[in-house]
Amino acid sequence: MSVHASDQTLSTPLHGLMAEFETPGQLVAAARKTRLAGFTKFDAYTPYPIHELDEAMDLHDNRVSQCTLVGGLLGCIGGFSLASWVSSVAWPLNIGGRPLISIPMFIPVTFECTILIGGLTAAFSMLIMNGLPAPYHSVFNVDRFVNASRNKFFLCIESEDQKFDRSATEAFLLSLNPEEIAEVAQ
Amino acid sequence: MLQPVELPDEIHVGTVIDESHSLASVSDKVGGIVLRRKITLGWVFGLLISFAVLQNLMAGATWLLIKGVGVWGINIPVGWGFAIINFVWWIGIGHAGTLISAILLLLNQSWRNAINRFAEAMTLFAVMCAGMFPVLHTGRPWLAYWLLPLPNTMAMWPQFRSPLLWDVFAVTTYLTISAVFWYVGLLPDLATLRDSAKTKTSQVIYGALSMGWRNSARHWQRYEKASLLLAGLATPLVVSVHTVVSFDFAVSIIPGWHTTIFPPYFVAGAIYSGFAMVLTLMIPVRKFYGLDDIITMRHLNNMAKVTLATALIVGYGYCFEAFFGYFSADTYERFMIWNRMVGPYAPFYWMLILCNIITPQFLWSKKVRTSPGILWCISIVVNIGMWLERFVIVVTSLHRDFLPSSWGMYWPTIWDWAIYTGTLGLFMTLLFLFVRVLPMITIFELRMLLPGARVKEPVAQ
Repeated sequence: MSVHASDQTLSTPLHGLMAEFETPGQLVAAARKTRLAGFTKFDAYTPYPIHELDEAMDLHDNRVSQCTLVGGLLGCIGGFSLASWVSSVAWPLNIGGRPLISIPMFIPVTFECTILIGGLTAAFSMLIMNGLPAPYHSVFNVDRFVNASRNKFFLCIESEDQKFDRSATEAFLLSLNPEEIAEVAQ
Repeated sequence: MLQPVELPDEIHVGTVIDESHSLASVSDKVGGIVLRRKITLGWVFGLLISFAVLQNLMAGATWLLIKGVGVWGINIPVGWGFAIINFVWWIGIGHAGTLISAILLLLNQSWRNAINRFAEAMTLFAVMCAGMFPVLHTGRPWLAYWLLPLPNTMAMWPQFRSPLLWDVFAVTTYLTISAVFWYVGLLPDLATLRDSAKTKTSQVIYGALSMGWRNSARHWQRYEKASLLLAGLATPLVVSVHTVVSFDFAVSIIPGWHTTIFPPYFVAGAIYSGFAMVLTLMIPVRKFYGLDDIITMRHLNNMAKVTLATALIVGYGYCFEAFFGYFSADTYERFMIWNRMVGPYAPFYWMLILCNIITPQFLWSKKVRTSPGILWCISIVVNIGMWLERFVIVVTSLHRDFLPSSWGMYWPTIWDWAIYTGTLGLFMTLLFLFVRVLPMITIFELRMLLPGARVKEPVAQ
């Protein structure tokens, strides 16, 4: 294990301190301890989704589902309204006295609009809430961070956190037994 | 093309991924195909052939736009020729991709992880090919926007009670949602490519495409939720698309089309042809890119089983079409099914029975299901069979309907063939480009299958 964080100068403002772990189990344990230690502004970086982190980091953001429900309902109402308005107001066709608003015949379009708007809302609300596209982010300043998309697991405590203190936080991260600790330049 | 492999004494179809892989090795293997693998002569040759065949589409479409739809074989009584046959065929092929990516995700089938990306790409390309046919069939593709409910100076609006308009909504929704689902799935893998790219150009390209994805746990949580929601929405969507396609037929009063069995029968046929196409494409890709440790025998075996199951549903559909024709006691229905079996197009009908009902019965044998060469041949036969099915449904119902005085024959012209083969060229060209510029297997989902990916927390001291 090598620690080189303290070797670096403090000339640049810090985004945070980042610890690297070898296995997902170590990371989940570390993330849980970090949350229990009272940190709120920290994040874990993993090459694939780890469901255990949701519990360890207390992640329960449900807004994507809520947005999708609203989007789907809007699509549903919008699709049906479009078909009804076109068929009864904009271009009414009297075909043998049949009703202008012929509900069963409007179901397919209503259904497709529900799926279309619901699906687009799911994708775009996820991107917006994740702040993507993000052309720049400080975590990429750490050289070894490229492995976050390969085979390593990272935990970064951000300097914005109220509890953040350069040396105390580093000592805390060291107590989690990481492979490596690095300063994240802003 | 492919030789059947030598079967080992004991056929092993257990694992979904070779257990010797690690987190790093799957990333390097799949990403390496894009980033590090040299361009081989075989790939260049394949791309050139496909691109040459694609030129048929250019020639066919150009001549069509110059002369009009009269260059095709369509006429009264058969106004729906190759355009509709190929449209339905291509859309059906696309359905396997959505089935694999959405329905199998909801069913928690981990074997889908190795094949979903490729199958979804196949869906996208197949829907692109499909969409071209109705647009060209309008005869004036530059006016195709009339299909959309847009305010216009003629103060005219589309007919919302028409299955043809439902088709517009269903197919555009399907293309949009498939593309979005596919791209969302690509984000983490594009980030992997960005991080392991060595040249500046590829770093910039994959960096921009990955939208700055940084594998954050907070992002993953929302990401997984969005994926699940998209899968949940795509599942009824894929069923609805072919249902709506079948309504194009079933809502009409033409003998042989006006049946309630059409929606489920079309959906099963779509999945059947789609899985056959996945096998047709995956078996060579697996061989040429040495991916048999990731796309294992278990995958081939499972895909073959789905093909067999849907073949049986389709076979049931054929039996009931014939039974309905007899049982309806309707002169025209009875004549239609009789004409289908012994009329001028009878060879097509019996070929279709041979391809779609008899051939897949070989898949009952595990030996066949685990021999890539034989499986590949069967998948080609099924692809041809499903094309014949659409030919038989479209042509035999129309060419002899109610009045013998209005009977006629339909034969495709060289321009029909040019556009059809041209879309095959387009499909193959896009696939050849896809395997070289994007990871053809979902890397991050492969990682989740590895034993090393499971969370084993260290015991607290």
